[in-house]
Amino acid sequence: MSRPGWFTILLGACLTVALAFLTVPVAAIFANSSPGQLLSSLGDRQSLDALWLSLRTTATSMAIILAVGTPAAYLLAARSFRGKALVVTLLELPLVLPPAVAGIALLAAVGPKGILGGAVDAAGIELSLTTAGVVVAITFVSAPFYLRQAMAAFAAVDRSLLDASRTLGASEARGFTRVVIPVALPGLASGVALALGRALGEFGATLMFAGSFQGITQTVPLAIYDRFSTDFDSALALSAVLVAVSGAILLSVKFVDRGAALRGWQPE
Amino acid sequence: MLLLAGAAFAAGCGDDGGSGSRQTALVVSAAASMKEALTACAPRFDKAEDAAVRESFAGSDELAAQIRQGAEVDVYAAANTKLPDRLHQEGLIEAPVRFATNDLVLAVPEDSKIDSLAALASPGAKIAIGSPSVPVGSYTRETLAKLPAGEAKAILANVRSNEPDVKGIVGKLTQGAADAGFVYLTDVKAANGKLEAIGLPDDLEPEVTYAAGVVGKSKHADLAERYVDELRTGGCARALKAAGFAPAP
Repeated sequence: MSRPGWFTILLGACLTVALAFLTVPVAAIFANSSPGQLLSSLGDRQSLDALWLSLRTTATSMAIILAVGTPAAYLLAARSFRGKALVVTLLELPLVLPPAVAGIALLAAVGPKGILGGAVDAAGIELSLTTAGVVVAITFVSAPFYLRQAMAAFAAVDRSLLDASRTLGASEARGFTRVVIPVALPGLASGVALALGRALGEFGATLMFAGSFQGITQTVPLAIYDRFSTDFDSALALSAVLVAVSGAILLSVKFVDRGAALRGWQPE
Repeated sequence: MLLLAGAAFAAGCGDDGGSGSRQTALVVSAAASMKEALTACAPRFDKAEDAAVRESFAGSDELAAQIRQGAEVDVYAAANTKLPDRLHQEGLIEAPVRFATNDLVLAVPEDSKIDSLAALASPGAKIAIGSPSVPVGSYTRETLAKLPAGEAKAILANVRSNEPDVKGIVGKLTQGAADAGFVYLTDVKAANGKLEAIGLPDDLEPEVTYAAGVVGKSKHADLAERYVDELRTGGCARALKAAGFAPAP
């Protein structure tokens, strides 16, 4: 074994800097809050309400994203048509929008004074300052994560599998549900996980569009911001929960990917 | 280290963005309600002192929390006296100076169905107020506590959003998301006719006094001191007056 060259040392140094920069702040959350403190701060009404609200709104949002996004992503992956690249770009745009822009955009579109505000109101739907508004905000920012991932997963499915099912007499719809979805499942699951992570962390668009009210619109990130000024320790504890949940989501994606690779599902 | 150096470099570039001379940067953490007034008077102060004032506007409570966490701030200007007094007791800022007063009002968008304090208690009224920790929210609760218990309860039941700062309330009102909200008179003036103020009866009106202090850790304490004086008597005092604030007694 020879001594590492300067290039290897440089690579190692950069990795060390990146690792420290990205992990120290997260570790500090846990360093500052003892497990006991963490648990006790989760027992109070505001935290429980925020956790429960975040759970409900993200679950609803994920259900909508799955139901609408899965067929939409399949269409984009399976068919080619004029302007497809433009459609994909438009769908992906919210990925790179700052949350504040997303908030303003939602207000301008479906807010009470938005271009579609009258129609929303006429339909008897109330979005601003309601739980439904939270769902709209987090769906808007997180759906592109799923769509992108689902398109890639569908595009990677071997067309001959679908063709085989069709020669056996199955309709395209049947082939989609029985063949394509099972094969694309790991990719779809990681799409859900990415969207879930973004949805749980949504702050700016929610505050601007849905406001902040305990039990109605105050999700965990909003509760953290609300507490930052009065009770830094409990803000830390609530942050620790989000870190734990997000970490668990990330790990589950890695396991799904690995499981898929082991079973030979992964596209080449 | 490299990253910190990079961050410092990025910050440095911002400092020299102005005239190019080496001006002293003065970081002012000020209550969101003073945004228009303090932004307007900054250039004059910058010129007179060869300084570069950088304001950070947010809820006074958030700004106090940042100072407690060690943020590099030179002047803290809050929408109440309670928060600066507490920071002073904690040894974080010098003795605070009262420099302005404001009025809490009921604000409604032009076309609102709410036209009085009593109408706030009617079912279906959508109200936005400040969260309990931000001064505007605590003044609001102070006012509501003076009403008959039943009325106060009915009004609080109509609250749909507890905003982190007063500009958040203004946003909810101008966007039509809320029918009414409690803000400062100066916020209604700054909204350029989009909002109407409904004054509160004298016996309900809270005493809204603004106070500022030099942050103990400030590296430019003299300049920070002059900025606080400016709030009381100089160009910024005039800008505050123009925005609808009254001088502190």
